[in-house]
Amino acid sequence: MHPAFSVIFLTTLIGVGQGLFLALYTGQIYSIMKLLPAQNSQSFYAMGSLVALGLLVVGLFASFFHLGRPMRAWRSSSKWRTSWLSREVIILPTTMLLIALYGAIHHFGWTQPIFTLAKTQQIDLSLIIGAIATLSTLALFICTSMIYASVRFLQEWNNPLTVINYILLGAASGFTLAVVFSVIVEADVVGFYVLWAIILTIAAFITRATTLLRNRRLTPKSNLQTAIGMRHTIIAQKSQGAMGGSFNTREFFHHKSLAKLKFIKNTFLMLVFPIPILLLFIAVFGFYPLCLATAAFVIQYFGLIAERWYFFTEGRHPQNIYYQSVA
Amino acid sequence: MEQLALIIDLNVCVGCHACVTSCKEWNTSGWAGPMSDVNPYDANPTGTFFNRVQTFEVGTFPNTETVHFPKSCLHCEEPPCVPVCPTGASYKREADGIVLVDYDKCIGCKYCSWACPYGAREYDQRQKVMKKCTLCVDRIYDQTLPESERKPACVMACPTSARLFGDVHDPDSEVSKLIRENSGYQLMPEWGTNPSNHYLPRRKIHFKIHEDELQRVDNPLKKEGLLPEPPKDQQTLDDIYSSW
Ligand code: SF4
Ligand code: SF4
Repeated sequence: MHPAFSVIFLTTLIGVGQGLFLALYTGQIYSIMKLLPAQNSQSFYAMGSLVALGLLVVGLFASFFHLGRPMRAWRSSSKWRTSWLSREVIILPTTMLLIALYGAIHHFGWTQPIFTLAKTQQIDLSLIIGAIATLSTLALFICTSMIYASVRFLQEWNNPLTVINYILLGAASGFTLAVVFSVIVEADVVGFYVLWAIILTIAAFITRATTLLRNRRLTPKSNLQTAIGMRHTIIAQKSQGAMGGSFNTREFFHHKSLAKLKFIKNTFLMLVFPIPILLLFIAVFGFYPLCLATAAFVIQYFGLIAERWYFFTEGRHPQNIYYQSVA
Repeated sequence: MEQLALIIDLNVCVGCHACVTSCKEWNTSGWAGPMSDVNPYDANPTGTFFNRVQTFEVGTFPNTETVHFPKSCLHCEEPPCVPVCPTGASYKREADGIVLVDYDKCIGCKYCSWACPYGAREYDQRQKVMKKCTLCVDRIYDQTLPESERKPACVMACPTSARLFGDVHDPDSEVSKLIRENSGYQLMPEWGTNPSNHYLPRRKIHFKIHEDELQRVDNPLKKEGLLPEPPKDQQTLDDIYSSW
């Protein structure tokens, strides 16, 4: 498939935003359980939510460049019963709203306990909204990835691993950003986020590498024989009905050399996984923490752009069988 | 329920592209707006087409066969392209099974094209919406056209009658009979899309000519050429032969 940058930016940016929110809320849960020191509502949670929200907004903005008719985008929420794309269109603004609400609750300090759970645990509004926003965030990960995983013709994508990869890669980059953020606001939770960023990055490496191995062994379900219905082993295409290209040659082919694909694959395997892990590991020992954490995040994000680019080129569409030769 | 479809006889298609040009001409002139082209008279011309004819060579020289293969939307009975559309712009008509795109609702997200294994949908670069074969829905019900012309433009244009149009759900229709009697098949059956359009395979036609058939035995003068004009008051040769 042709890698479109609008979709690459959409999926990677909202992934980071969602991951960052998950990191913030996980931090809050830990601090309520008294496993982490409590953080300042305004400078930490409200600011963090704002950053996460900003990433989602930029991602949404990027997605409009993918549409031929962006002014009609509102129509795309109508078929949520059958279309994952429609579901994403609904759940993305919902998540943005909930994260904004979560940030607002912290910012305006509406955090008085509402009721007490099991006699000791005080529950406030931010916890409740945060829990709903967490569910919404996870639902958004699922909707985004199911857009790809549900297309059964793209065997490389049509697998639960696609969903797992989107969740883990988004969460890993979000937790890495949470490290940078907590270093900047001088919150004493850097170690916690570094630990989880590394764990999530390793988990993402395992599932993404498994996907690469799986896709290598895939046999295409369709071939030229079933495509045109000729039962003969030797069939050669002599013309495809157009010589100057068509939508079919533009949308479904990446037109990239094998060497370039290999280069991009190796690049993302380096940038997303080992380098950030190493940088975070050094940063946590107080060695230029801001510089190294920022570098880890930026490098990982560039790696994710390469990863998503490669993800698209991995998809081999059966329609390509009809477009093997121009003349 | 009706399911209108095209039957394409690969045995007679000569790859003349008459259906391609006729389709483009009809559909680019309709109420739905042009099927736009980019660089039509320049290098690398490209444009939107509902129907394309491709050519394949089967076998190894000298035992090859050239197969001309017209390809357009197959109006699948289980169209995978329809449920994925987020706007409902893509839909399948209940009454006659035609799969259509509402160009006023389409946002041009191209998702439906990913969900079609045949590459039958083409995105219009100028109008920024997804397009595909409509089975000439604006012709086949047009009461102002003579009954015999209420057929898709490609069917009208085909000089070899390689394209036939009809209801594949009616077992007595001409197209259903053709599918049955000539082992008509569907493309990529492995995906369970159940396309309505069927293709009739290449068939070996055996035509045996006997030696004596090479000579006209019914020529009474035993030679070709102008026959002597019979006198006006006698029977003509035709009268004699038909009275045999
Ligand atoms: S051929 Fe493609 S576009 Fe046409 S109905 Fe089938 S899946 Fe949809
Ligand atoms: S391109 Fe148009 S018809 Fe296709 S899925 Fe998107 S909105 Fe629906």
